[in-house]
Amino acid sequence: MAPRAEPVTRWPGGLAVALVLTLLLGPVLAVLLRAEGTGALGPGDWAAIRFTLVQAILSAGLSVLLAIPVARALTRRRFPGRALLITLLGAPFILPVIVAILGLLAVFGRSGVLSTVLGWVGLPPVQIYGLHGVVLAHVFFNLPLATRLILQGWQAIPAERLRLAASLGFAPGTTFRVLEWPMLRAVVPGAALVIFVICLSSFAVALTLGGGPRATTVELAIYQAFRFDFDLGKAARLALVQLALAGGAALIALRVAVPAAFGAGLDRRIDRFDPPSRRLWAQDVVSLIAVSLFLLGPLAVIVIEGVGQLPALPDSVWRAAGHSIRVALGSTALCLALAVPLAALGVWGGGVATLSIALSPLVLGTGAFLILQPVANPVALALPVTAVVNALMGLPFAVRALQPELAAVRADYGRLSRALGLQGVAWWRWVGVPRLARPLGFAAGLVAALSMGDLGVIALFADPDRATLPLQMYRLMGSYQQGAAAGAALLLLALSLGLFWIFDQGGRRYAAA
Amino acid sequence: MLQLDRLRIVQGDFTLTADLQVPGGVCVAVMGASGDGKSTLLAAIAGFLEPATGRVVWDGEDITGRAPAKRPIAMLFQDQNLFPHLTVQQNLMLVLRQRGRATEAERARVAEALAHVGLTGLEARKPGALSGGQQSRVAVARVLLQDKPLWLLDEPFAALGPALKQEMLDLVAREAADRGATVLMVSHDPADAARIAPLCLLVAEGAVTGPEDTRSVLADPPPALRRYLGG
Repeated sequence: MAPRAEPVTRWPGGLAVALVLTLLLGPVLAVLLRAEGTGALGPGDWAAIRFTLVQAILSAGLSVLLAIPVARALTRRRFPGRALLITLLGAPFILPVIVAILGLLAVFGRSGVLSTVLGWVGLPPVQIYGLHGVVLAHVFFNLPLATRLILQGWQAIPAERLRLAASLGFAPGTTFRVLEWPMLRAVVPGAALVIFVICLSSFAVALTLGGGPRATTVELAIYQAFRFDFDLGKAARLALVQLALAGGAALIALRVAVPAAFGAGLDRRIDRFDPPSRRLWAQDVVSLIAVSLFLLGPLAVIVIEGVGQLPALPDSVWRAAGHSIRVALGSTALCLALAVPLAALGVWGGGVATLSIALSPLVLGTGAFLILQPVANPVALALPVTAVVNALMGLPFAVRALQPELAAVRADYGRLSRALGLQGVAWWRWVGVPRLARPLGFAAGLVAALSMGDLGVIALFADPDRATLPLQMYRLMGSYQQGAAAGAALLLLALSLGLFWIFDQGGRRYAAA
Repeated sequence: MLQLDRLRIVQGDFTLTADLQVPGGVCVAVMGASGDGKSTLLAAIAGFLEPATGRVVWDGEDITGRAPAKRPIAMLFQDQNLFPHLTVQQNLMLVLRQRGRATEAERARVAEALAHVGLTGLEARKPGALSGGQQSRVAVARVLLQDKPLWLLDEPFAALGPALKQEMLDLVAREAADRGATVLMVSHDPADAARIAPLCLLVAEGAVTGPEDTRSVLADPPPALRRYLGG
């Protein structure tokens, strides 16, 4: 038997699979064991399930509905700053949720910009807390994602079809019916489903803008069972519910062809031949201005309000920032250490990495608490547990960024590597890392930024001494220290985007050198 | 001496058999129509393909089970012979050492190999900054450094112009003769074979036959080869 001497050694992949499965399924098992025999669901639990579904459906529906005119305008119009706007549409992915919420409060809150303007004309201030606030925040995060997905669909319409439509003199309505509507029917359900799945596991948004019996998601209910009732059985029962909800929805989403969420090539030029129409032009301009204001307004307010606060930030904020940086770097290292061997395993590894999409952070956190409690003080381990959970949550994205590139490198240089006997560590040094520097940098940046901004498990475990920056910011907001909160938000924003930028640029530089 | 002992290679519904011996120290052309399995034969000898049955034997030693790098073989592929992100120096040094710092003696060997192919002083360039002919020369320099007795050429110069291709074949033939290496060279072009290969193997209808005298084969080709050559 000739040895199939692959340049990429296989055993690290096996080890990574074993580790990921243990880290994901261990907590699930703990939850299952604990949830057994703790009684049926109460009326409050059912209310949480209902609210979770309703807000996710509304958020997904509104996001894609509003995204359609924006994507259409971006397809049809060329203007300075268009590429920048498309890049910005990718930014909410790495934007800390709590920062965006503070921005949304500053614009749409009781004493926000909008209410002030309404006050000038004698109208009462708007209310942001409750269902509509939760949906507003979800649309803020997912409208850009939906726009990018639908834009891809629009750009996939071959230019030849549009040329034919122009030569036949199609009116805008006819072009829509013949070309655009079939595309939307193919793309929109997948996009809506992705957003629905994301919103099912909403925690930080519900924590800050929801709450109360009428606006509690299942994730939030797990947290409340933990923090307020300290009823671990109830938390486990709710975790089981969340597992069924998110897992079921993720399974459905995987079966429906879901379009790729991010990727290059969004700026391909397609010449369109639409007849000049003043009405269409006005529609597009309004869509683009509205979406830019909606996305940039809250962030602009954060920057403006935060800058002056930076010098006066309390020590607790700086300490929390130090914790957050350590957590982010730790989870980035762990995530890449797992993602690289998983990506090398091909489809199999990708499948294992995707598992964590079905598991929400608070389910994992509940399970981890149940496992750790008998043997250690879970609170003392708050930061390491957060880092591990963040690494697992970033895994699908990291593997997805690495896998196609790794496959290409092996196809191009596998034979040459084998002919030269390059394998294992030497292969990674001379071939793997240099050829994959770009996706490695991108993946590292993504995971670092996600981890930096995460407000999830840490809220379950933390005590006053072990806050991360997002949690510390949430505490400042809760104690009405709006100034310090704005300063902390700006710091968090800068750290998240900065970490992403450093890793991403580092990868690019290294690849170019 | 290379011996293919009742070798049988199976890929899907394609089968190729070979049972022959190639004497050491000569240049042998592998001829046949495209799709008849010339590259497949080389891949099996080099260890990229596992034969269904039979053995590959070099100088009395069975090398069938060995990894490609552990065989007494240096190979030039049709493309991707160099890593584009590594300099000429790094590409060549990989043959000598894959970890740690290069010694002075190793640097001297790399420089010497480059001198042999006429590329003195280009160590710091990356392949992208070289012409196609120069890239081929670097690849040949690596074969020299690999210091193996059997060279397999899977049409590595096919993308070069006719004059440049002849120049490269002459370079390979000269260096191989100097070192007493055996060369197995896939070729589409009977002129290449006539130029440097006194012997040839014929690949046709699922079997490899030969070696035979190249000149007499080209003067009076068997039917399968005649159809391919035309006329």
